[in-house]
Amino acid sequence: MPKSSAPRLSVRKTFKLYIGGAFPRSESGRTYLVDGDNVALASRKDARDAVVAARKAQPKWAAATAYNRGQVVYRVAEMVEARRSEFKALGTAGDEVNAAIDRLVWYAGWSDKIAQVAGNANPVSGPFFNLSSPEPTGVVGVIAPPSLLGLVSVVAPVIVTGNTVVVVSGGPQVAVTLAEVLATSDVPGGVVNILTGHAAEIAPWLASHDDVNGLDLTGVDDPALAVELEQAAAGTLKRVRRAGTTDFTADPGLAPMTAFLETKTVWHPKGF
Amino acid sequence: MSDLRSLLHGLPGVDKVGVEARAAALGTRSVKTTAKAQAIDLAIRMVDLTTLEGADTPGKVRALSAKALRPDPADPTCPPVGAVCVYPAMVPVAFDVLKGSGVHLASVATAFPSGQAPLDVKLADTRDAVAGGADEIDMVISRGAFLAGDYTKVFDEIVAVKEACGPAHLKVILETGELATYDNVRRASWLAMLAGADFIKTSTGKVPIAATLPVTLVMLEAVRDYRAQTGRQVGVKPAGGIRTTKDAIKYLVLINETVGDDWLSPDWFRFGASSLLNDLLMQRTKLTTGHYAGPDYFTLD
Repeated sequence: MPKSSAPRLSVRKTFKLYIGGAFPRSESGRTYLVDGDNVALASRKDARDAVVAARKAQPKWAAATAYNRGQVVYRVAEMVEARRSEFKALGTAGDEVNAAIDRLVWYAGWSDKIAQVAGNANPVSGPFFNLSSPEPTGVVGVIAPPSLLGLVSVVAPVIVTGNTVVVVSGGPQVAVTLAEVLATSDVPGGVVNILTGHAAEIAPWLASHDDVNGLDLTGVDDPALAVELEQAAAGTLKRVRRAGTTDFTADPGLAPMTAFLETKTVWHPKGF
Repeated sequence: MSDLRSLLHGLPGVDKVGVEARAAALGTRSVKTTAKAQAIDLAIRMVDLTTLEGADTPGKVRALSAKALRPDPADPTCPPVGAVCVYPAMVPVAFDVLKGSGVHLASVATAFPSGQAPLDVKLADTRDAVAGGADEIDMVISRGAFLAGDYTKVFDEIVAVKEACGPAHLKVILETGELATYDNVRRASWLAMLAGADFIKTSTGKVPIAATLPVTLVMLEAVRDYRAQTGRQVGVKPAGGIRTTKDAIKYLVLINETVGDDWLSPDWFRFGASSLLNDLLMQRTKLTTGHYAGPDYFTLD
């Protein structure tokens, strides 16, 4: 390429959605400006497509061994570590990036241990082994907080147990950068789908969607909207999580994981 | 019958690029709101609800037939499907459920899906299905004979099966995925219509390439031209690979733009499908309830 004396034009980035492992624009063609960046503005139909992608990916992700899912989440932590500078450039403090990486590693470790804690061998009055084991709920809609640590704190616990998620994020650049991390780690396409846009526009469609099994409202700021979403979710008996706290630096406990687990209990005869 | 050969080879060739571009262009139409609701109900009425598995049991066929009568038990305004399509052995089972309901009972016959059996076996197969209560017969042509250029054999077979059908409608499966070219599809369509087919059908659903929009376009043009020449109207049935409401609506647009209103009826156009019905029901539910539907709320078969 011949050298030019003219000043170089930098390539500006459009922050796009992350659906089924690809980075499409919104089907509506809409974009909005966030801090000077051009960001795709997701519509209800993007949410619909994301649910289809999440549903498609769910059985295989749930069938992967817990050990394998743990490795994959650990790999995400590795990739965030490698892209630390990108998150810093978006205004995320170094401490917060550290905390997000540590949180990913922490949840990665829980992958093959949660069954020992949330499951049980139950004593029953009969000659049976009676075993309860936690299983993933399915497809979970997540309204995520804008910060990196907040996002990681709501997405990692849901996927590590074998669910797939559709995330609506109000912090688009950070969320799409995390999507780029996910796309270059070993997370299968469709396990995490990220929509950037307005929760008030998209979340009601996820809440009433018959093919979404759970809803995490941690990132919903408006209490009236949260109540409305809870009511819409009740129509299909979704599991809904409304975390009271927004202090993501504190120990999250197991609730973010157990909120989206179903307990399966099997009886097995013994003593023959 | 050298005039049959010269007639079939005298048909104008199909412009492959043109027909594919035309079908693709018509596939981009956007059909919304009330028009979409009408299209979905029409598509449901056009479905030939099909189960053609070695593992079909009487119980499964009964369940499928009950679903054909009332596809959405939660919504009495949902219309029944056009027909149920089963193997000849399952015809009496389906007939018990469907008789008197107005939902037709179709049976594949003539050594479906390969068609590689002697003629008397094929005719016995057909008679059994009709005797069991089928009022529509889906026969397969001998692709081997067609591709070898033995048009007379294919023609005579269709005539013989048509006779064995008696009052039952005859749908002739061309298995376009095995015919290789659009020219062959056009020839096979004419051959089937000249031999007395009431419907021409794309595929068995048992080979990798099933119904496509361009192939259906070629067949629609054939039935249009055939009616213009002879005055007899023949129906079209794409089958296999049509799974979503979007696909189904593309076919309806294709009919409307190619042959017009006359074919926009379950009497003249059918979809051979099994999983399509659930997607139509989910889209219908979305329109009536205002929120997205999920597969958990509809029966699997």
